[in-house]
Amino acid sequence: MFVVLRVIPGDPAKMLLPEGAPQSAVDELNRHLGLREPLWVQYGIFLRSVARGDFGQSFQYRSPALRVVVERVPATIQLATTAMLLTVLAGVSLGVVAAVRAGTAWDYAGTVLAVLGQSLPNFWLGIMLILLFGVTLRWLPTSGFQGWTYLVLPSVTLAAFPTALVARLTRSSLLEILGQEYIRTGRAKGLGERAVVLRHALKNATIPLLTVLGLQIGTLLGGAVITESIFAWPGMGKLVVDAIFFRDFPVVQTILILSATIFVVINLVVDLLYTVLDPRIRYG
Amino acid sequence: MRRLLRSPTALAGGVILAAMILAAVAAPLLATADPVKPSFARRLQSPRLLGGASAAVLGTDNLGRDILARLLHGGRVSLGLAAAAVALAAAAGVTIGLAAGVVGGRLDDLVMRLADVQLAFPVIMLAIAIVAVVGTSAVALVGVLALSGWVLYARTVRATVLTIRQLEYVEAARTLGAGDLRVVARHILPNTLAPILVIVSSQFATMVLLESGLSFLGLGVQPPQPSWGAMLAEGRDYLSNAWWLATIPGLAISLVVLGANLLGDGLRDVLDPRRGA
Repeated sequence: MFVVLRVIPGDPAKMLLPEGAPQSAVDELNRHLGLREPLWVQYGIFLRSVARGDFGQSFQYRSPALRVVVERVPATIQLATTAMLLTVLAGVSLGVVAAVRAGTAWDYAGTVLAVLGQSLPNFWLGIMLILLFGVTLRWLPTSGFQGWTYLVLPSVTLAAFPTALVARLTRSSLLEILGQEYIRTGRAKGLGERAVVLRHALKNATIPLLTVLGLQIGTLLGGAVITESIFAWPGMGKLVVDAIFFRDFPVVQTILILSATIFVVINLVVDLLYTVLDPRIRYG
Repeated sequence: MRRLLRSPTALAGGVILAAMILAAVAAPLLATADPVKPSFARRLQSPRLLGGASAAVLGTDNLGRDILARLLHGGRVSLGLAAAAVALAAAAGVTIGLAAGVVGGRLDDLVMRLADVQLAFPVIMLAIAIVAVVGTSAVALVGVLALSGWVLYARTVRATVLTIRQLEYVEAARTLGAGDLRVVARHILPNTLAPILVIVSSQFATMVLLESGLSFLGLGVQPPQPSWGAMLAEGRDYLSNAWWLATIPGLAISLVVLGANLLGDGLRDVLDPRRGA
């Protein structure tokens, strides 16, 4: 990743200096930033620094890259958490409704909605939402970050794809579980339909659901790049796009390392949660 | 094949996808206007389809270029890149999966760890990092897209190989003196075709989405060459006075992705009878 980023054609020093700066000034700045060392020397310095928690200086903001990135993390987390909540709420309820009324118009409508949700590109969905609620109806703000109304359109945009996925998965695992013996036992002993579905069936569908949700963290982080760019949301995703255009390598690297770490940690937590949810699963 | 025709999902998806691909392939015949040359006298004309004054069926964009022409030519670019990426990813993934499954041991371990690492990383982040580095040539784009796709094929093929390898007819072929290569080519590969086909179809959707996402961010196909993602990005600035600019290319992307997804779902249901609709 490091090597790849440094080989990018494009000179960061040239971007930092005003247009028409003399070549001598460009060389001087490059020496200052350490970009004239051989690649492997740069890499050695990079590894040692990361181990010490030093992710380098942002070329663009002239302050530590880690600080630049960390400042943007809360906005992304807020957006991703809202989208995740929306995904779980909407996805699971759509899936339950579709499974309980399998074969009816409800089920059919849910399936169509889910297929659409998986097919609409989120950047287009975002723009269409802006067009409808921002430009035509003027109900909701379309860019920036100043209160919960600003959160609505971006989080719906970001949640659309995972919601569709969760709805389909909930439906298919519920249908499978509802065909099992113990569900018939539950019904036979006179439990209400609601108790059967929610207490007995849905509970057993949580493990596959949780796995998929964990993996969707990646989708959310990736989707945030596009969603934040559309809605001018000041999070990591917008930062990484800006940083690439500015050849601000330390910031790009920091974001990539950080998002990979977040993904791995969350999936580790998901793995550990299995043991809580299903006592039959043991590690070690 | 006959079962495929009876699956309404697969049929609908196939028809949509085929129509879009055909339109893109026939772009030079269907689009009479120049997709690249600006014509400032005819800026932002609304689509004739909706009763607009324009001579252009789908209107014109901010530089007065015919949107239908750009859409068709952009389709060639977007779909072509996606198809090349799917082909490359499938070829690489299948080869790697076969090798891992047949050879096993260290190679298998190495490949599966690589696959884990690949899966642990948000695809679009990876793509952004790589495109940022190697630039935005068509070759680089296909490479990036393929890199994000090979894992699925490799895993599926490897899993299939591991099950098939134990079966009696493979044993029988070996006993009769068939070498490794022959066993793989004649007995194992044909059995992995069905799952591969399903992946190819749904991956095509993913690749189209990814390519247009990158082009949307300005990291994909570069202007003035038309591509659906870039057209959408350009249209974003004209939402309040020319909504069709962003709407039309988005519709095209959605249709292709929808078609490929439906086809993939349908194929899976037909080829894998255990999974219900």
